[in-house]
Amino acid sequence: MKRIYFDHSATTPVNREVAELMMEYMTDKFGNASSVHGFGREARKAMEQAREKVAALINAAPNEIIFNSGGTESDNLAIKGVAFANRKKGNHIITTSIEHHAVMHTCEYLEKQGFTVTYLPVDEHAMIRMEDLKNAITDQTILISIMFANNEVGTIQPIKEIGQLAKERGIYFHTDAVQAVGHYPIDVKELNIDLLTMAGHKFYASKGVGALYVRRGVKIAEIQHGGGHERNMRAGTENVPGIVGLGKAAEIAMRDMDKEIAHVQALRDKIITGITEKMSHVKLNGHPESRLPGSVNFSFLFIEGESLLLNLDLKGIAASSGSACTSGSLDPSHVLLAMGLTHEVAHGSLRVTLGRDNTEDEVDYFLEVLPEIVERLRSMSPLYGSAADFKPSNPCTSCHNHDHY
Amino acid sequence: MYTEKVMDHFTNPRNVGEIKEASGIGEVGNAKCGDIMRIYLQVENDIITDVKFKTFGCGAAIATSSMVTEMVKGKKLDQALEISNKAVAEALGGLPPAKMHCSNLAADALHEAIKDYIAKKGK
Repeated sequence: MKRIYFDHSATTPVNREVAELMMEYMTDKFGNASSVHGFGREARKAMEQAREKVAALINAAPNEIIFNSGGTESDNLAIKGVAFANRKKGNHIITTSIEHHAVMHTCEYLEKQGFTVTYLPVDEHAMIRMEDLKNAITDQTILISIMFANNEVGTIQPIKEIGQLAKERGIYFHTDAVQAVGHYPIDVKELNIDLLTMAGHKFYASKGVGALYVRRGVKIAEIQHGGGHERNMRAGTENVPGIVGLGKAAEIAMRDMDKEIAHVQALRDKIITGITEKMSHVKLNGHPESRLPGSVNFSFLFIEGESLLLNLDLKGIAASSGSACTSGSLDPSHVLLAMGLTHEVAHGSLRVTLGRDNTEDEVDYFLEVLPEIVERLRSMSPLYGSAADFKPSNPCTSCHNHDHY
Repeated sequence: MYTEKVMDHFTNPRNVGEIKEASGIGEVGNAKCGDIMRIYLQVENDIITDVKFKTFGCGAAIATSSMVTEMVKGKKLDQALEISNKAVAEALGGLPPAKMHCSNLAADALHEAIKDYIAKKGK
């Protein structure tokens, strides 16, 4: 059976060229970048070249890049780092209700440390309103942290406007851009971004490596203590193979960006058109225009996401869902709920995220098998067709401990 | 994460559908949990002669619904009432821990259907 990977927002395969280069820096050129000798200098040199490439991808300066383990660590360093270093200026942080848990739970932690956090609502397309942001700013606000593009529904936020506003008001602006870096043009100078999170495995580098961009002049405190690596901002021996791979992946992403955007966007639009035209009772989640080129999210009414994913998996197709069963909790995705979707509709969501290796044949196959699967699950659903007329005399009696799980 | 038996019942569910003029209907779960199970029973002389189900839910929800219908067909009502959610999960070779709570309600739906039958009969 053919295997089709439509889950690039979860992770991407490591590019072969990247992997080969990493191998070289694990075996032959294995030196510690802090060592004085030739082995060390060799590793250091490669790491600094990688820094230049990563910086170039987002139009930053090399010394504004701090290498680390990835998205979660970058979010933690950015948010806690700014909060703790600027406490005297204020204790208020603004973020959104649709952030990744790495941002959300870090903000919740800071609330316990005495900070105040505003979680901005979003509209039906998962877009924040600039008005809400303006109104949320107080003289205590030290940081605005708003994701570049949403991992579940692909909506791209008005980053330029947010950056402009933050600059005018003298507030730091952090953006978690793990879904956008390498897939969408980003210029931190033009967009007035002060801190930006990226993760290597989302753009064909390996897991366990990422970077935080910190604009020169931004006051930030270290959160991990130890040696003086990464200009005291990230103690711990540098992951040289990972970093060198990240640099290569950044170089490839920059070189091929236009081509790749055109490729995945064409596939994305074919899926959106195909599903909308072929199938009934479907809802496109996320913004109709301002969305990641390779991201599709649909809700299929009357069915549940995990059973949809399992059926697709049986056909060789790997996708994901915001249903509770796949999120590891009992509630469906907080992003879909924040957009105002009902629980039923959120449970029936399907996310398809495309990458450079996907083909039109794969999309055609997906569009061929999907309607059959959805129809079969609907035929089993008590919410669909004639069965939907039944009103139970004994509604939900067994699901009593929902809140105590 | 699912046993072969679960996947078998998930991919080839037994007794899917509705019974028109059913002797009893039971429904449990809700949309918030993401699982709704409905069982239709045909009862003659206190014996379950036919059973069908409709389920909105994950793989475990569909598999347990299918399993419980297989377990009760031809059974007496008092025997059917003794079937527990746990017994259904065991008959499937077990369920992942996270699924034991919300997606393992098929026996509850069955019991509701039997109660519905008894209530209707009493009228």
